[in-house]
Amino acid sequence: MLKKSFAVTLDPATSLENHTGSWRTNRPVNVFKLPPCNKQCPAGENIQQWLYYAAEGDYETAWRLLTEENPLPACMGRVCYHTCEGKCNRGFLDESVGINSVERFLGDYALEHKLAFKRPTRDTGKKVLIIGAGPAGLSAAYHLRRFGHTVHIVEQAKEAGGMMRYGIPVYRLPRNVLDAEIKRITDMGVTIETGRKIEDIEGEKKKGGYDAVILGLGATISSNVDIPRGDTNHILNALKVLGQIETTGDIKVARRVAVYGGGNTAVDVARSLRRFGAEPIIVYRRNRDKMRASAEEMDAALAEGVQVKWLSTITGAEKDKLKIEKMALDANGYPQPTGEFEELPADAVVLALGQNVDTAAIDKVQGLKFEKDALVVDETTLETTVKGIFAAGDCATRDRTVTHAIGMGKNAARAVNAYLKGSVYKKMPKHEDAKFEDMHPWYYSDAPKTVRPELEVARRTSTFDEVQHGLTEENAIFEARRCLSCGNCMECDNCYGVCPDNAIVKLGPGKGYEFNYDYCKGCGVCAQECPCGHIKMVPEKI
Amino acid sequence: MLEKIKFYQTGSNTVGNRLLNPSMRAIQASVDRPNGLTSGHRACQGCGEALGARYAIDAAMRATGGQIMVVNATGCLEVFSTPYPESAWRLPWMHSLFGNAAAVGSGLAAAAQIRAQKAGETSVPRVIAQGGDGGTTDIGMGCLSGMFDRNDDVLYICYDNQAYMNTGVQRSSATPPSARTATTMPIGEKPGADWGKGKDVPLIAMAHGIPYVATATVADLRDLEAKVTKAMSFHGARYIQILVPCPLGWGLASNVTVTAARLAIETGFYPIFEAEYGKVTSVRKIRQKQPVTNFLKIQRRYAHLLKKNADPNTVARLQAMCDQNIRDFGLLEGTDPVAVPAAIQAYERAETI
Repeated sequence: MLKKSFAVTLDPATSLENHTGSWRTNRPVNVFKLPPCNKQCPAGENIQQWLYYAAEGDYETAWRLLTEENPLPACMGRVCYHTCEGKCNRGFLDESVGINSVERFLGDYALEHKLAFKRPTRDTGKKVLIIGAGPAGLSAAYHLRRFGHTVHIVEQAKEAGGMMRYGIPVYRLPRNVLDAEIKRITDMGVTIETGRKIEDIEGEKKKGGYDAVILGLGATISSNVDIPRGDTNHILNALKVLGQIETTGDIKVARRVAVYGGGNTAVDVARSLRRFGAEPIIVYRRNRDKMRASAEEMDAALAEGVQVKWLSTITGAEKDKLKIEKMALDANGYPQPTGEFEELPADAVVLALGQNVDTAAIDKVQGLKFEKDALVVDETTLETTVKGIFAAGDCATRDRTVTHAIGMGKNAARAVNAYLKGSVYKKMPKHEDAKFEDMHPWYYSDAPKTVRPELEVARRTSTFDEVQHGLTEENAIFEARRCLSCGNCMECDNCYGVCPDNAIVKLGPGKGYEFNYDYCKGCGVCAQECPCGHIKMVPEKI
Repeated sequence: MLEKIKFYQTGSNTVGNRLLNPSMRAIQASVDRPNGLTSGHRACQGCGEALGARYAIDAAMRATGGQIMVVNATGCLEVFSTPYPESAWRLPWMHSLFGNAAAVGSGLAAAAQIRAQKAGETSVPRVIAQGGDGGTTDIGMGCLSGMFDRNDDVLYICYDNQAYMNTGVQRSSATPPSARTATTMPIGEKPGADWGKGKDVPLIAMAHGIPYVATATVADLRDLEAKVTKAMSFHGARYIQILVPCPLGWGLASNVTVTAARLAIETGFYPIFEAEYGKVTSVRKIRQKQPVTNFLKIQRRYAHLLKKNADPNTVARLQAMCDQNIRDFGLLEGTDPVAVPAAIQAYERAETI
């Protein structure tokens, strides 16, 4: 005190002696919430997390994070029906983030830069047999290989890919992309044997000395319906049509083709036939609202000149016309026959009414339960009713999309990994949901979604060139930066800036922030002003 | 390439952003910000004044390379930052009386000038005088006007929390009409602060023709920092008035300080502008216009206006007052301020007579 110069009474920053943290009744804590996109993704991708790195321009890290969950991003960036975008919180502000287009950009980036998966550092010596090289089988193989297990896939078709090759038309998924992504999995040491159908699952398991089996059989048989018909009329099924286009690159059905059904397969068939010069007309017993096909796919089909006959069932087929009964929706939205009939000129019918599982091999396994056109599996482990046999993809669910199959493949791989270690797989508890109400929309500025360029309609009726093009880097990064980062920190410095007590420590790029509870008075301004709802006030224990 | 692309994650509305070049972030975003007012001060939880003071002083320290001295009027800021034997300031700081901060600042600026001359130094430390609305609009008005009159090289910052908060929330000439304070209780026929009283100090400062006058709030940090930085680029008398919501005096939850200030801007309740040599040169436009009730309803000092039996005309008059601000200062996108904006009190007085 006496040593101070004239009129100086207080030394600078001596207030640091006063630990105002003792005033606190509530303390701020960081919470990590589950963004709605992550929650929705059937493949379990941490979308928000990989968008975070994509937004920085660190595409490789983004891709590595993405492929921790999903090994086929370039394919998924094309064929996934991106239900994540429907749940995106940005939709409340302007438009949802174009997650799917960024995923495709990352997938294409990885292909272009020849990024490879890391091989496992050690082999466990356990052997797993996977039957079926569709999305579920490939995904399971990839994840099992990452765990260090030896994986062998047996596929009945000539080439791997399953419905991605024999169901989805080339204009949606170019085969060089599919081949490259499959090759990346085989480069990890996964072996794929094609062109062999396994009739005896248990025998195969015993003979090959496999420790576990994953069934990724798919749903490979088109559902049939009995239509009274004259001799000359063509009635084909959707899988046969799509399969033939894939293997021979050509098909001649007829000029006027009725495609019967309202799912994505019906649209795929109609759009494919349109490219061979046919005039397809989709016949569906309900209306557009009730249609199962993706709205985007349907819009594209209409733009390309595919016609639709709503609220109709085919009750008979003759040489060049169909007998159609008009339907009406009842109060529950189910179609009911009206008794009114009309004729529709058509030379052929393609049935796209759904697909069934080929049960030939399943039936031979003692105790393997199969109900409602799917294998009975444990909800968590995807283990079938036979120990050591797991199932994933279309053969074990009614949710038959590629994305769902990839998620199930991963799930099955994790369960098999646990099984091989002698434990039982348990799902990790999820974080609480990041709701739009938890966010602070003020801080986000408006920015409409970037639309992906598309092939001109005029050319789409004659070629199988890919319809939807990718985003440029500039557009992809723009999209990634539209992410609100729901429930997770994006390092905007808001908490650090708005604390009246300087009680938040900024740790530097990528390291986030820390609360200095010595001085934090618990006012809650940081929690209030956090744009993404990453801070929560919790009562102090007194 | 990344820097050229605009990004829309949080735009420029947040304090910083990891994607931005550090030079484009707010001063408050940097790890090594000056922290002119540091931790351990005794301001209430969620104090807007503590926040505003750190924002402003840090910006001034950056603008002058730390060559700055502060004179503080009596008030909350002085009391909570320097209870003997502690000080939360990390720069030369002095306190004399309630009403003379502007005068002491003038003296300090003159002394700094002479000392530098004598020492043969070319750089002269700059001076900031600061106080609350009580020490500025009421008690220190004479000294402040004198400082403006002489055009002394001092930046005067008024942290406006719209009443004498330190002594228990008494009305000042910056208290808005109908607000509850300890001396304007919500009783009788016309509850709260009287209509037709008060003064608009930024316009008074402009009437002196001084080089720079600005208003700001703690809700728009970049705007505040830019104004302080700009003020330091001028020599002569300058005045900045910063709206700093007071959780205690306004009856706010401690976490909505910044939100309350934001609503004051977005409703037109507090026009944010800057003026050079007596003329308005720029206006911070309203981004998402809101009715004044959104601002009123989060504050207990206005609770009596929103009760069931309250006179709806009062809220309507407050709304009309905001609308007047919006028109006069051209607060909406695509509108311009009038050449000489009238003090909002003129509207009140015209109404009462």
